[in-house]
Amino acid sequence: MKVRDLKERLIKYLLFFSALLTVAVTFGIILTLIFDSIEFFSKVSFLEFFMGTRWSPTIKPVSFGVLPLVAGTLMVTFGSAMIAIPCGLLAAIYLSEYASEGVRAILKPALEVLAGIPTVVYGFFAFVYITPLLQKIFPDISAYNALAASIVVGIMIIPIVSSISEDALRAVPKTLREAGYALGANKVKVIWSIVVPSGLSGIVASFILGISRAIGETMAVTIAAGRLPRLVNPLNPADWFEPIETMTAAMVEIGMSDVSGQSIEYKSLFAIGLTLFAMTLILNMVSYYVKMRFREVYR
Amino acid sequence: MEIYERKVTAIIGPSGCGKSTLLRSLNRLVELVENVRVEGEVLFNGKNIYDSDPVEIRRRIGMVFQHPNPFPKSIFENVAYGPRVHGIKERRKLERIVEDSLKKAALWDEVNDRLNDLALGLSGGQQQRLCIARAIATNPEVILFDEPTSALDPIASSKIEDLIVDLKKKYTVVIVTHNIQQAGRIGDYVAFFWMGELVEYDKAEKIFEKPEKELTERYLTGRIG
Repeated sequence: MKVRDLKERLIKYLLFFSALLTVAVTFGIILTLIFDSIEFFSKVSFLEFFMGTRWSPTIKPVSFGVLPLVAGTLMVTFGSAMIAIPCGLLAAIYLSEYASEGVRAILKPALEVLAGIPTVVYGFFAFVYITPLLQKIFPDISAYNALAASIVVGIMIIPIVSSISEDALRAVPKTLREAGYALGANKVKVIWSIVVPSGLSGIVASFILGISRAIGETMAVTIAAGRLPRLVNPLNPADWFEPIETMTAAMVEIGMSDVSGQSIEYKSLFAIGLTLFAMTLILNMVSYYVKMRFREVYR
Repeated sequence: MEIYERKVTAIIGPSGCGKSTLLRSLNRLVELVENVRVEGEVLFNGKNIYDSDPVEIRRRIGMVFQHPNPFPKSIFENVAYGPRVHGIKERRKLERIVEDSLKKAALWDEVNDRLNDLALGLSGGQQQRLCIARAIATNPEVILFDEPTSALDPIASSKIEDLIVDLKKKYTVVIVTHNIQQAGRIGDYVAFFWMGELVEYDKAEKIFEKPEKELTERYLTGRIG
């Protein structure tokens, strides 16, 4: 065998093992989650975990009802999506359809810098600036509250939504726009009736990716939303003004507390992690399904 | 340059000679180009289209493009798009327009049982006829064709050519083509452009049999191009 062939082969194997390593580590993480969760569920029943409405892993009487944490996570996710979806989509439309090349060259990188700010800075920003600002409007808002956390998480995921949506909009062929104009449609009509529907699968993907990110967001909500597990109702305005605790924040709390590594409290961390993983997994599957459906209708 | 009613005017010339730009200035689509400067006038029924409402101009002067570009919507919605833009909302009326337009575009028999299917499931030639139906649906007086067959196979192309010849009974047609034979087959009038200038414009027979200008003859015989 020639030396060159051997070299080619070596490179191929090296690359293969790099790929394999990433996949193996991912599977390792999932397995850890599952094994530790099994230990947890051998002590606490599924019913108690998934149907329980009180989360109190360390303070007696202990209770491992995950629902308040799920509610907290969903609340912040919902609130941030309410901000990021409209802002992100409108920003994407502006960048793709209205902005001149010069404006785009400045605005797009600027928007993407938002994605590079460490999330702990966002959390701090919410605590130090947004909450005091909100207190001027709503005097009885608590120092830690769901609203401020939702706002910063929303701002944080705008770049995800806008960047992917913009790519989807720009991928819509120019000839489709021209066809619309040639039929007498004006710009707004062309954008909303042709460009946005044509790019819908990418736009929906951007929404779901942004929402996934909001669900998993940890630092900002741990700092700004307080750590009070409550079974909140996103439709109740008062709940937005009060501290909440998300699943991620609860995991941080357990991880940093002095519970022993073999205790049931510690193992609950993995059960929450697995639940969180299942939620994002389901979301990704929904996104895939939605993408396929929209493709049937529009492509 | 006069464009005659209910005739097919073919614009020929090499790539980059300004054929498409000319066509796009006839329905003001040229204005969509960034930083464009528009000068001069195009008279339509005695009125400069650049002094008229572009929406109304584009309703009365339809356009079919080089590549079939149906919207990612159903066949029905594609044809109904123009009428909807111009304010027709009544379902029955839209249905009538869609049927009528598809019949005029010789597509009705092939698609009448699947109007709600996606337009992108049609073949290239069918898509192009759908685009013609879409242009017809706004009830225009003029239809502009920008190299409508350059992306199609010969059979689909000849169907489109037959259709264009048929359409001139009711519509004024202006077609840009870089296919000289096509201009000869369907054009009543032929305009030859070279480097952005109109070289010669006359009846098709005249252009093909006894062109006045040497440049036209050299282009038609393939000595330049």
